Amino acid sequence: MTAPVLTPSTMSAFISLIKRDLMLSYRHRNELLNPLLFFVIVVTLFPLGVSPEKQLLQTMAPGVIWVAALLAAMLSLDTLFKSDYEDGTLEQIMLSPHSNALLVLAKIISHWLVTGVPIILLAPLLGLFMFLPGEGIITLMLTLLLGTPILSLVGAIGMALTLGLNRGGMLLSLLVLPLYIPVLIFSASAVDASMAGLEIKGQLYFLGALLVLSITLAPLAAATALKISVE
Amino acid sequence: MTDAVAGLHLKSISCTRGYRDLFTNLEFELCPGQVLRVEGKNGSGKTSLLRIMAGLAQPLEGEVLWQGRKIHHAESDYFQNLLFLGHRAAIKFELTPIENLCMAKSLHGSNTENGIEEALYQVGLYGFEDIPCAQLSAGQKRRVALAQLFLSRAKCWILDEPYTSLDVNAVSMLEGLFAKHLNNGGMLVITSHQPITIPAGEQRKLVLPNTQLEPLI
Repeated sequence: MTAPVLTPSTMSAFISLIKRDLMLSYRHRNELLNPLLFFVIVVTLFPLGVSPEKQLLQTMAPGVIWVAALLAAMLSLDTLFKSDYEDGTLEQIMLSPHSNALLVLAKIISHWLVTGVPIILLAPLLGLFMFLPGEGIITLMLTLLLGTPILSLVGAIGMALTLGLNRGGMLLSLLVLPLYIPVLIFSASAVDASMAGLEIKGQLYFLGALLVLSITLAPLAAATALKISVE
Repeated sequence: MTDAVAGLHLKSISCTRGYRDLFTNLEFELCPGQVLRVEGKNGSGKTSLLRIMAGLAQPLEGEVLWQGRKIHHAESDYFQNLLFLGHRAAIKFELTPIENLCMAKSLHGSNTENGIEEALYQVGLYGFEDIPCAQLSAGQKRRVALAQLFLSRAKCWILDEPYTSLDVNAVSMLEGLFAKHLNNGGMLVITSHQPITIPAGEQRKLVLPNTQLEPLI
């Protein structure tokens, strides 16, 4: 087995795959709205369902927003490989002379750009709904910036494994949610700590380490899982 | 060591589907300039065989060699030289023919020569290049997929039912292209339920579940 070599033609395949996926998402923009609406609606329902009291909402905010983001990210995973699997594009990706892991990473990046980034951008608004103070909102965005790529990367492994199954949705959540838990714990605790005026470096370092780990390993794992699913 | 075959070599391949044996101990070599036509009833394992040859599926037993090396050890070299078109056309309905072919071209890397517009012209889609594939007919979508053949410099083409939903003109155009490919030392594996008349190359036929090659009339 040779290491993936970054030749110009591999890079151009990598970039054109990202471009193509962004173009496809743009032509299907209604589908992208679903997880985002879910994210906004879940968070806005909390004040209605629990209590509009400022103190209570403020303490719940980090957890509520992060849980909603996590579930929204999971909802959006469905679009990651499905259409490529159904129309045979995935086979062509597997038969490409370029490194499969790199091409899978390209798909994950474009998926994150259209699902993760909007979540990060919407978060301050939802923070305001939940009476998050300024420093809390900034930390929330920081944790989302580090955390949502992890959700896409780890989710891609789960999605790749359950692709060939008829009803993979249930299995996907069972596989993926436990792996999301560390991200949730460190992110919510960072936002909490920043509201209390405490140091948040520790949590951010941990999220950063998780991100580096998943960027290096998840594409390899997902590419191998896809190979099995395509068979 | 046996001397390496200059093309594709299938060594005692067996394949099962569920608990049913599709074929056992299939053995043949495909050298430059040769065509292998795989025939057989529905469900006899034609597609399974083609997927095994392309490295997309694992055989139960046996191995596939490309120029004497197992394909899983020579992946990047083999995939450089392979063009596999399956039942599913790998065509995105939301994209135009040009966008689809651009993607196919960059996935296969440097292994391309003619321009994309030229290829679309060859398959008779000139004037349709900017229309989303969703608005094209089934035959036209198929032609978009087959335009990849004009872009490809791969030595080994594995085509699963390429004639599906094509009209007579397109079939004869393809056969001309196959002849050119074979005369240039290419290899071709093809399945079809329609009669195939390729005016070049050394023709060989495999009728599954028989594993013996039949000489062609």
